[in-house]
Amino acid sequence: MRRLLWMVPVLFLISFITFVIMKVTPGGPFDVMGGGDRPTPPEVLASLNRQYGLDEPVWKQFGYYIGVLPRVREAGKPATFKGVLQGDLGPSYTQRGRTVNEVLFGVQIGRPWWESRFGRTVQLGFFGFLLGSVVGIPLGVIAALNHNRLLDYTSLFGATFFVATPSFVVAILLMLIFGLGLHWVPIVATSWAQPKSWVLPVFCLGVGLAAFTTRLTRATMLEVLRQDYIRTARSKGLRDRVVMLRHALRNAMIPVATVLGPALAGLITGSFFIEHMFSFPGMGRQLVQSVGSRDYSMIMATTLIYALVIAVMNLVVDLVYSWLDPRISYS
Amino acid sequence: MAQETVTIPGGVRVRAVPSAPGSAEGGRADAPAVTIRSTKSRSLWSDAWRRLTRNRMAVIGLCVIVIFWLVAIFAPIIAPYGLNDQNHSAVYRPPVWNTGDWRYILGTDGVGRDELSRILYGARISMLVGIIPVSIHLIVGGLIGLSAGFRGGRTDNLLMRLVDIMYAFPGLLFLIVVSAALRDTFIGKQMGGLLMIFIALAIVGWEGTARLVRGQVLSIKQKEYVEAARSLGASNVRIMWKHIVPNILAPLIVSVAFGVPGAIFAEAGLSFIGIGIRPPIASWGNMIGDGFVSIYSNPILIAAPAVCVALVMLSFTFLGDGLRDALDPRMKQ
Repeated sequence: MRRLLWMVPVLFLISFITFVIMKVTPGGPFDVMGGGDRPTPPEVLASLNRQYGLDEPVWKQFGYYIGVLPRVREAGKPATFKGVLQGDLGPSYTQRGRTVNEVLFGVQIGRPWWESRFGRTVQLGFFGFLLGSVVGIPLGVIAALNHNRLLDYTSLFGATFFVATPSFVVAILLMLIFGLGLHWVPIVATSWAQPKSWVLPVFCLGVGLAAFTTRLTRATMLEVLRQDYIRTARSKGLRDRVVMLRHALRNAMIPVATVLGPALAGLITGSFFIEHMFSFPGMGRQLVQSVGSRDYSMIMATTLIYALVIAVMNLVVDLVYSWLDPRISYS
Repeated sequence: MAQETVTIPGGVRVRAVPSAPGSAEGGRADAPAVTIRSTKSRSLWSDAWRRLTRNRMAVIGLCVIVIFWLVAIFAPIIAPYGLNDQNHSAVYRPPVWNTGDWRYILGTDGVGRDELSRILYGARISMLVGIIPVSIHLIVGGLIGLSAGFRGGRTDNLLMRLVDIMYAFPGLLFLIVVSAALRDTFIGKQMGGLLMIFIALAIVGWEGTARLVRGQVLSIKQKEYVEAARSLGASNVRIMWKHIVPNILAPLIVSVAFGVPGAIFAEAGLSFIGIGIRPPIASWGNMIGDGFVSIYSNPILIAAPAVCVALVMLSFTFLGDGLRDALDPRMKQ
């Protein structure tokens, strides 16, 4: 519960700092028009700034944005937005006429939610995580059980390679090999409805986590297997599988669970590069584009969503951790 | 961000459980860590160095790093062309194994610049980014951790809350926001964005070092030799520098070795998405970004910098692994 409460100031601070950084930066969203060469006429600029509330002091703007200050505007005109606390992320500054909510969560009528930008990123992250844990943990166990044999060395070397190589470099190498050289998968996907298009992005995103989990699971398994209680369990005549799953693996998972939180955060933020690289229609690519076009509200919104997702993930990891190891409690 | 012992490609590093003697990475497990043969006394460092040089992967990593450092320092001498020398009659030349033309070993890019020369110059950025922000983490995080751990009480509480908040920030996300914000300011325009990268990286990584140092200081503070020094009337400063700092150096060195590839990755990533080092200065990251348009016609332009980034990060990781095994007190019995 305390952990849950701790999220509130953290998220608040993240949004505040991001907001302030965005505000003190020279250059507003409306400085240039159209293609970006022509400066906006001053009167148009003033009117746009007024319409979006950018003429107010920064602290007031932040209040409006969060939704704790009620927005009082000229009578007759609807308020520009309700505030983040009510789930309204405001209008996009550069995609005129669209709100951030539309851009991030909007789907064509009749399509499922996961085809929105947010949904796509969630999908990508989910598959990446699945790859990471489903491949990483068993591989680590196998390596530990074959300690100092060929299988151990191979998986350890592979894991070290993928742990150390940045995801976007892995992406480039795989694109060159499997896309350009062998023509197995498309380099630039034309449709994300085809499973084929997902192979490379999911692999590139998940392989780092998989390798990381492999290394860690192997190391902790080796340590656990030398413990007395494993010998006791064996000498009781328990079958190997029971010893491995009930006694060894569960204890070996504790350190893995502790680092899974930061690892997940790494996976999620790693999706910026992967999405950018594969022209993936997700939130990470949107963030990169918004940074380029100085779409403040979009940057704020994506940063907040990412921070929220990471905070929730860390919380879940903590819960899993205390379930695995009842000695630890976060009451 | 630097306390950690394992790097994962997302740019976030986390502290792994140090492997015990039997689980030494690289298969040296069966050799006892210390053989008691000579009666000659050995210092901790010569011992560690011996263990490090026995680790083949770590030595290879160290060699690669030294080579890249030499390349970075002597880039203007080694490089066949200048950083931005353009040859408009030789645009998108394929590499030597396709043309047989030794003038452009790795070919040229879209404006006729020699790819090899740019790779060599790009090493300068990566090597600097590997050193400077991590040194700042070491100084800032080290001082904060040292004072928090040593003084305890209110100072500790205050500093650690600050660290907690910094720790909760998703590092890469913060990095992107800071770089995006600083890009058009005076700072962002210095040295083609290099100064901004240093500042941004320095802001996000120190809290890991602070945590590590504080934890170490807390445990060492209880040791008898510190008590002995105190009872002999040693001043606080003397205790810190003579008794505490030397004893936390080993984990600090390991954390630095793992912090370096993280910083290099972050720079390459930011430059790749276009908010890091700006053209015309060559960094491997922005070369990857530039090479993307010609991935079909001239894949060498993207492959060469990508391989360099991978090579440097791998070398640092192997070196870090080796250092951890060599310096981890649990390895010596």
